[in-house]
Amino acid sequence: MTASASVDTHCPYCALQCAMSITNGKVSPREFPTNRGGLCQKGWTSAELLTSPARLTTPLVRRDGELHPATWDEALDLIAAKLKALRDTHGPDSVGVFGGGGLTNEKSYLLGKFARVALGTSQIDYNGRFCMSSAAAAGMKAFGLDRGMPFPVTDLDRADAILLVGGNPAETMPPFVQHLKNAELIVIDPRRTPTAEQATLHLQPAPGTDLALALGLLHTAVADGHLDKEYLAERTTGFDEAWRIAATWWPERVERVTGVPVADQRAAVRILAEAHNAFILTGRGTEQHASGADTVSAWINLALALGLPGRECSGYGCLTGQGNGQGGREHGQKADQLPGYRKIDDPAAREHIMNVWGVDDLPGPGRSAYELLDALGQPNGPKALLVFGSNVIVSAPRSQHVADRLKALDLLVVADLVLSETAAVADVVLPITQWAEESGTMTNLEGRILLRQVAVTPPEGVRSDLDVLRGLATRLGQPAERFPTEPEVVFEELRQASKGGAADYSGVTYERLRQGEALHWPVVQESTPRPFLDRFAHPDGRARFVPVEHRGPVEMPDDDYPLQATTGRVLQHYQSGAQTRLVPELNRAEPEAYVEVHPDTATRAGLANGGMAAVVSRRGRTVARVRCVPSMRIDVVFLPFHYAGEGRANLLTNPVLDPTSRMPEFKVCAVRLESV
Amino acid sequence: MRNVVIVGYGMAGARLADEIRRRDPKAERVSVTVLGDEAHPAYNRVLLSSVVAGSLTPEAVRLHDPDWAPKHHVDLRLGGSVSKIDRTRRVVHVGDQEVPYDSLVLATGARSWVPPTPGLLDGNGVLAPGAVAFRSLDDCARIVDHASPGTPVAVLGGGLLGLEAARGLAGRGCLVTVVHPVGHLMERQLDAGAGRVLATTLEGLGIEFRLGVLATKYTPGEGLELNDGTHVPADLVVVSAGVRAETSLADEAGIEVDRGILVDDALRTSDPRVHAIGDCAQHVGTVSGLVQPAWEQAAVLADRLTGVAPAARYAGTTVVTRLKARDVDLAALGDVHVGVDSPDDEVLCFQDPARGRYAKLVLRDDKVTGAIVLGAPDAAAAITQLFDRGLPAPTDRLALLLGRALPAENEASPADLPASAVVCRCNTVSKGQLVSAWRAGATTLSSIAEVTRASTGCGGCKDAVCGIVDWLAASQPQSA
Repeated sequence: MTASASVDTHCPYCALQCAMSITNGKVSPREFPTNRGGLCQKGWTSAELLTSPARLTTPLVRRDGELHPATWDEALDLIAAKLKALRDTHGPDSVGVFGGGGLTNEKSYLLGKFARVALGTSQIDYNGRFCMSSAAAAGMKAFGLDRGMPFPVTDLDRADAILLVGGNPAETMPPFVQHLKNAELIVIDPRRTPTAEQATLHLQPAPGTDLALALGLLHTAVADGHLDKEYLAERTTGFDEAWRIAATWWPERVERVTGVPVADQRAAVRILAEAHNAFILTGRGTEQHASGADTVSAWINLALALGLPGRECSGYGCLTGQGNGQGGREHGQKADQLPGYRKIDDPAAREHIMNVWGVDDLPGPGRSAYELLDALGQPNGPKALLVFGSNVIVSAPRSQHVADRLKALDLLVVADLVLSETAAVADVVLPITQWAEESGTMTNLEGRILLRQVAVTPPEGVRSDLDVLRGLATRLGQPAERFPTEPEVVFEELRQASKGGAADYSGVTYERLRQGEALHWPVVQESTPRPFLDRFAHPDGRARFVPVEHRGPVEMPDDDYPLQATTGRVLQHYQSGAQTRLVPELNRAEPEAYVEVHPDTATRAGLANGGMAAVVSRRGRTVARVRCVPSMRIDVVFLPFHYAGEGRANLLTNPVLDPTSRMPEFKVCAVRLESV
Repeated sequence: MRNVVIVGYGMAGARLADEIRRRDPKAERVSVTVLGDEAHPAYNRVLLSSVVAGSLTPEAVRLHDPDWAPKHHVDLRLGGSVSKIDRTRRVVHVGDQEVPYDSLVLATGARSWVPPTPGLLDGNGVLAPGAVAFRSLDDCARIVDHASPGTPVAVLGGGLLGLEAARGLAGRGCLVTVVHPVGHLMERQLDAGAGRVLATTLEGLGIEFRLGVLATKYTPGEGLELNDGTHVPADLVVVSAGVRAETSLADEAGIEVDRGILVDDALRTSDPRVHAIGDCAQHVGTVSGLVQPAWEQAAVLADRLTGVAPAARYAGTTVVTRLKARDVDLAALGDVHVGVDSPDDEVLCFQDPARGRYAKLVLRDDKVTGAIVLGAPDAAAAITQLFDRGLPAPTDRLALLLGRALPAENEASPADLPASAVVCRCNTVSKGQLVSAWRAGATTLSSIAEVTRASTGCGGCKDAVCGIVDWLAASQPQSA
């Protein structure tokens, strides 16, 4: 199966996209600005899935309640026939599509085109809604453009101070931590994570109170004389209105709400303000809330008050999570967007895309990810769902409800490389190629477009997602040339589609990428590593302060559910764990669901370290092994979300959505502990 | 549409208008009229000590922008005081105007109480030259005008606000003396021990104290004479001896008044069409004088007046007192006047006056019922969270009481680490695996990295891996 030469590629997992080479099917790290020759355990073991016995190599079709092997033609014919029948009877929106932030740019692009052209449905969204949507919404509001990090990662090396909010890169993207080493690091996290342990200063707010903390730090920045008034006057608008709210969050009030000592609030602001170069970075911990978009706005407000964004070696950025979490949100698999980060309700954007696609109509905006899942099988909701690159039974909030909705479908199709928990309940499962077996581009966390090249020959029987889309599209009556299967050909079309959009890739070519050029979008001709140095992307060139007020968690603890649960990742697993749980070395290191609890809280609940516990919320019950951790807050428990079955952390989580970003409140809900 | 009239445009009145408009942004349910007697927009009284300290400008502590009222459909009328409430006709009189109401809300606040020290008030009941109350933004301007470096200042009153003003003025370089009639500072919130440590801390910041004495005479340009026969020179006397609820309008209208305007859980006065919130209100015996209760009352009343939650009730506010003074970290909460030998409570007390630390923790049934935390900032934050959230306290009481003041545990040497300890987190490499690899011949950092992948992720464990390699080399019998 292996090509003998060494091929340069990038890791299949997170948004750092560590550079690696594959030689004879073996991975070795490669020097690159982002990972500097480092790889974590996931990266080192990533090739194991290429030859894993768990790999799917034939389509599966459910008959009499069981999945049975089928030919590709059987599977695709069956799907197409059902989709046609549903469309004829119930209209195009009776079919939904669910994409993923791990898909290449080419796949994301073609999936969006497939949904809107071949299916004619508005009902497409993706798991990036659960990932980057709050930061994206806040970035758009503040800067007029959402590029997670509007600067190269290596700029962080020159920072004197970095404030990292709700991120744990020491576990989620370990080689990234190299870029934090030169700065005074301030970490904000309710848990004492491995990243927090490396910090100069760790602020430990109660879950769901980050927005109050951000308002408080803005207050302190003003009261302690750190406001950059010249920058405010030249590069921003709207400070006064934002200040009126921050003025009501004096440090002592913030301490009472968040539990972060006044002295630490002052110290954090002082470290940032006295630094010559400083960054504020956010992660999912502060973003995955029903007030997530506003919370990120509050952090950006702080960055603006200190005069950071749009200056070399200073700024605001978010740590994108999934492998193509950045590119995946730019090219049209999001319910409200068209390729090039265009808005689907913008007439000019629609016109441009219709021209590129050669069609004369497009559907409008559809439901966001959780709303889409929640609507499945409901009277007005989709009756069929096609899932690409996502494992929603594990990764969506209130996951038992999501599983129930999937059951209510007439047709569930899952394209995956292994039998994920979602694939296991599908009506048709399509085995697809994976990272090292196909070419494609990824856009990493710093907005740099990377080329992954074919390094090994895929096993007999699997097809690429692009093949699958063409196979279905042609069966649905589309001309074959509208759905190319060659990634580079798709990319050429993506270049045209993105041209003139916010995320303009028109100047990017495979050839330039093969030459090793560092291309950060927008790329009309030149790369734009730092898009905001001269001006922000709003028409007046200024960044906007957004006035936001603290709201707090939607579900507060009470007598029945006296604790707060928060969720996150462990180093050895990626997302739903569908892939990493199948890598023996990773699974040996972290084999099962666990819950971190303060020892006193465990004792009071009658639980012992190492025993099993049930964590119960209003939505479900998760069974996990107890880990007593003295640094936990006494009223908080933590669960990693990578595990299946009754170990799913998302059985507990609250699906209430942010009004702007439609992000669910993954990071805080009320629970109690029970013995099992 | 119901016509709500709010008398008072201070912290409580402004907040109520905000809360109503948060629930009824387009003025579809209630109209709001706010009557304020000061000419300028509402400001945040909590931050006045920051204005005195010079960290915030008067403009920065405004609660609303000038265009707030029209933007939020509020009829704001400033600079005229309400002279009378006519409950029969349901109107209030402002100058020669009548303002009709369906619901009237009194948010008239409180005024400074001036002790009966001869010379402090002139014949018209106005503060004598050089004497300023510490209550309004205008007061702050007067204080700041007088507060040039080196100016002798006396602060009458060693309560929370008096000390905040004293700290701010000392920060400006004034020579501050606090005169307090009780034997220790902040006696309502602190026990004597804490009061003493607080005084010591503040003395370190340049503030002098005259405790347990009364001022007997004020002479402008001279200062205060005290009842122990001594004299405190002062070009400026800041009066911060407490406040009294402003109840006269209600009283004259025949509404029941005690120390404040009496209200029930619905924030209704004895006339159900008239409500009172904030410093002027007395709820279950409490006249709070603090912002937190006023804001909580405003939220409840807004729920009721807009019909968003007509059954909303105000159930009182737990009070946490936090001194807002730079370089002084003091929190006091609950009932602290409990002796360490109280039979019903568990009481811990730690005193370290030399380092400005004092911590007292009162627990009952495992829950915090009172605490004083001075000079231990993170302990203050943690204890406040337990108190506010009604959480059981951790069994390690000492750690709770002292916070980070406890010494960190020593870092383990390679020899002490258990074999299962993970040294390289990025690749899950334990000490045991490193030892095995070393014994199998990987005796350098690069060779051990190749075999185990330790240090090939973020590289953060390189020193630790080298430490283990060195330790193994040192513990190995020398071979020739």
